[in-house]
Amino acid sequence: MKTLKKEEPKITKKLIKDHGLTDEEYQRVIDILGRTPTFTELGIFSVMWSEHCSYKSSRAHLRKFPTKGEVVIQGPGENAGAIDIGDGLAAIFKMESHNHPSFIEPYQGAATGVGGILRDIFTMGARPIALMNSLRFGPLQHSKNRYIFEGVVSGIAGYGNCIGVPTVGGEIYFSECYNMNPLVNVFCLGIAKKDGIFKGNASGVGNSLIYAGSKTGRDGIHGVTMASEEFGESSEEKRPNVQVGDPFTEKLLVEACLDVMKKGLVVGIQDMGGAGLTSSSSEMAGRAGTGVEIDTSLVPTREKGMMPYEIMLSESQERMLLVVEKEKEKEVLNIFKKWDIDAVKIGMVTNDGIFRIKYGKNIVAEMPVKSISDSAPVYERPIARPVRQNDINYLDINEIPVNNDFNTILLKLLSIATIANKAWVYEQYDHMVRTNSVVLPGSDAAVIRVKGTNKGLAITTDCNSRYCYLDPYKGGMIAVAEAARNIVCTGARPLAITDCLNFGNPEKPEIMWQFVESIKGISEACKVLNTPVISGNVSFYNDTKGISIYPTPIIGMVGLLESVEQHITQWFKDEGDAIILLGKNLEEIGGSEYLKVIHNIERGKPPEINLNFEMQIQKALLDRLNIVKDALNNHAIPYNIIGKVGGMRLTINNNNDRLIDLSVEDINKAWRGAFEANF
Amino acid sequence: MKFGIIVFPGSNCDHDCYHAARHVLNQDAEFIWHKENKLSSFDVIIIPGGFSYGDYLRTGAIAKFSPVMKAVRKFAKDGGLVIGICNGFQILLEAGLLPGAMLRNRTLKFICKDIYVRVESINTPFTNKCDKKILRMPIAHAEGNYFADPKTLSHLKENQQIVFRYSNESGETTDSANPNGSLENIAGICNENGNVLGMMPHPERCAEAILGNEDGRLIFESILASLKQVR
Repeated sequence: MKTLKKEEPKITKKLIKDHGLTDEEYQRVIDILGRTPTFTELGIFSVMWSEHCSYKSSRAHLRKFPTKGEVVIQGPGENAGAIDIGDGLAAIFKMESHNHPSFIEPYQGAATGVGGILRDIFTMGARPIALMNSLRFGPLQHSKNRYIFEGVVSGIAGYGNCIGVPTVGGEIYFSECYNMNPLVNVFCLGIAKKDGIFKGNASGVGNSLIYAGSKTGRDGIHGVTMASEEFGESSEEKRPNVQVGDPFTEKLLVEACLDVMKKGLVVGIQDMGGAGLTSSSSEMAGRAGTGVEIDTSLVPTREKGMMPYEIMLSESQERMLLVVEKEKEKEVLNIFKKWDIDAVKIGMVTNDGIFRIKYGKNIVAEMPVKSISDSAPVYERPIARPVRQNDINYLDINEIPVNNDFNTILLKLLSIATIANKAWVYEQYDHMVRTNSVVLPGSDAAVIRVKGTNKGLAITTDCNSRYCYLDPYKGGMIAVAEAARNIVCTGARPLAITDCLNFGNPEKPEIMWQFVESIKGISEACKVLNTPVISGNVSFYNDTKGISIYPTPIIGMVGLLESVEQHITQWFKDEGDAIILLGKNLEEIGGSEYLKVIHNIERGKPPEINLNFEMQIQKALLDRLNIVKDALNNHAIPYNIIGKVGGMRLTINNNNDRLIDLSVEDINKAWRGAFEANF
Repeated sequence: MKFGIIVFPGSNCDHDCYHAARHVLNQDAEFIWHKENKLSSFDVIIIPGGFSYGDYLRTGAIAKFSPVMKAVRKFAKDGGLVIGICNGFQILLEAGLLPGAMLRNRTLKFICKDIYVRVESINTPFTNKCDKKILRMPIAHAEGNYFADPKTLSHLKENQQIVFRYSNESGETTDSANPNGSLENIAGICNENGNVLGMMPHPERCAEAILGNEDGRLIFESILASLKQVR
């Protein structure tokens, strides 16, 4: 049996500080263990109690989300959420951020973001069938932003295309608030049999822990700690903290794991994402109320001489942890062998509730499982409305000069990167592989069919962060309402959401105020629109050199089409078709792209939103569509609907006066040229 | 008819080809693991798209060493129909079953979008049912910039081995209709005997009305028609 060759470092004040633990948190460690932690234990507490893993600043507030509903099979708390879509099937989806790594190393940061969310989905026993991403960058005028943007897009393409899961849509906004702090949020949806959903459970005392996938390297150690602090001058020195993705291995891992699960050979399974082997094994034991014992000397490593500390904390990609009954072990290992994937037994489930990490004979960590998962600190951080919020909200519409050259204004708006046609981006993504893409990117919601049924799923991601900056409560509501509107406009019924909450430093009371207000708005909207939150992710510390991003709570929503053939597309169809505006058009331009682009003003209030009215409109629309569908004897509908938030901003307005008179060529030139001009 | 769809580690259009053969055309279809070395029970072999071996090193460069490729070579030599789509085309080039090579797209980026191809020859087992000359099909690749030396090119022309050329909607093979910089807008070629086809566009992605396009179905129907004739 192997023994440790190197001695672990002594615990010093500096070492504790370097691990990001506060004095109080360290005292908590001592109280739990009744002694000084070992080096490995310190590392484990450090990552598991990081904001990224423990949600210590957000947990108390996330409880306010509505998470129950008749379609919900699995709410928050597992690797991803699941909803019932009928026909014995479940849609499993989640969204996750990879913001910090994408700033430091755009290609790999974004690529591994895709890899991570894919694992969260297939871990549940679902075949991933669609990806989306919600991206935010600083303006493309700056070369650094162009570098980040181009790298992120290639990274998403490089990983998603190779693994063969289509990227069917998403959204991209550009704003100064994302200079040096881009957002890369990736959404993934998979389909599983309703009775074939797997969970991250380490149950069954004596069962084997099987490690499968890439070998463990020294990459990404303390990635989660990095994601739990602000960025400064030296952030790019953290490039070694960013993991490197290998989509080919992940593709093999998907096939092998789905095979193992389909054959019913696993008790529990979880991917090794943030905080790697530590989080996967301790969370699985935590959920099952068991203990685990792992011998790190058995873990396949990329290089010699890796310490248990490094093995436990590595965030090397494309790795899974499986809990398998002893008698099925051989069959499982054979399946991985077929796919040329390393798979090794590294430990077992125990009944003592202890997280015991060994290296051969040496025990390097021995701590209660509950201390890592459940005893993480929970902070009720101070909350304060920003002093300048009143100034931000002030806008006198009469003070804004009126420019009557609407043609020029429209062309200018169309050509800014946020509004411009995104074909330059989505044509780099394989958005058709798996042959389910019914409505392709370029629409406000994608529609994919569910093979083996008549059904379709509509998917969208939405958030206008300027609205959230002006009023995080209303902004949160609008994000949900807009998502639902986009879903309804495909003819689908909204079912549930996932969220990715991107905010600044939660230790600042103003940021916590934005966070809490947003959650309030999202929760209220979800309740009225009947779309529970089934999964999600929080990304704090999106600050660089003390400047925070605008609050950006991105909503990913899924809706159901009973008959996919009856989906509706957004574009105009025939000459002479009527254009009908549903809803009210108020005199409100606060937070609009127009104000920002033409007058350089980011003030005022976001558009009014009345959730009950919103619900009525959406319901009326769906009801009318159903009547039309019946009238047409369930044939495809020749109608189309446009429902864009900020609605009229791109619509050509025509009362008695011809306000805008532009040829389609002029419009297309402005709208389609934005990205080509920059690259 | 029985379709055999080869699965290399990293193939990702295997399920799509299976779906097209099995559920759209209602034919027998079976996956063939790349370590197999017998193909005798199949009527047609599809080498599907994807990223075999991650496309590491060079597209198709590692896949050509898989045991199944020896069997494919024999199957083709005996006159069996072999169609390589996208990565499948790249593999056929690397394996020497088709002449020429692939370069990276001239934009140096992956491109996924609908394009048009002009059918240059309907005298192949893969195009005999193409009653329209211009087909709309999606491409999805980073290396589809076909290249061959002048001698090979003139040989291809003499033998009518160029099956598809990128064109615009009216069938003109202009430079702007060429998505990747491919030599003479070549989108697909066959071998001298005409029983091995390589093409960059994805017919399996446009063989059903629900996907908004059925042009790709013509390729599969051509295959079925020619197999029936043989039988």
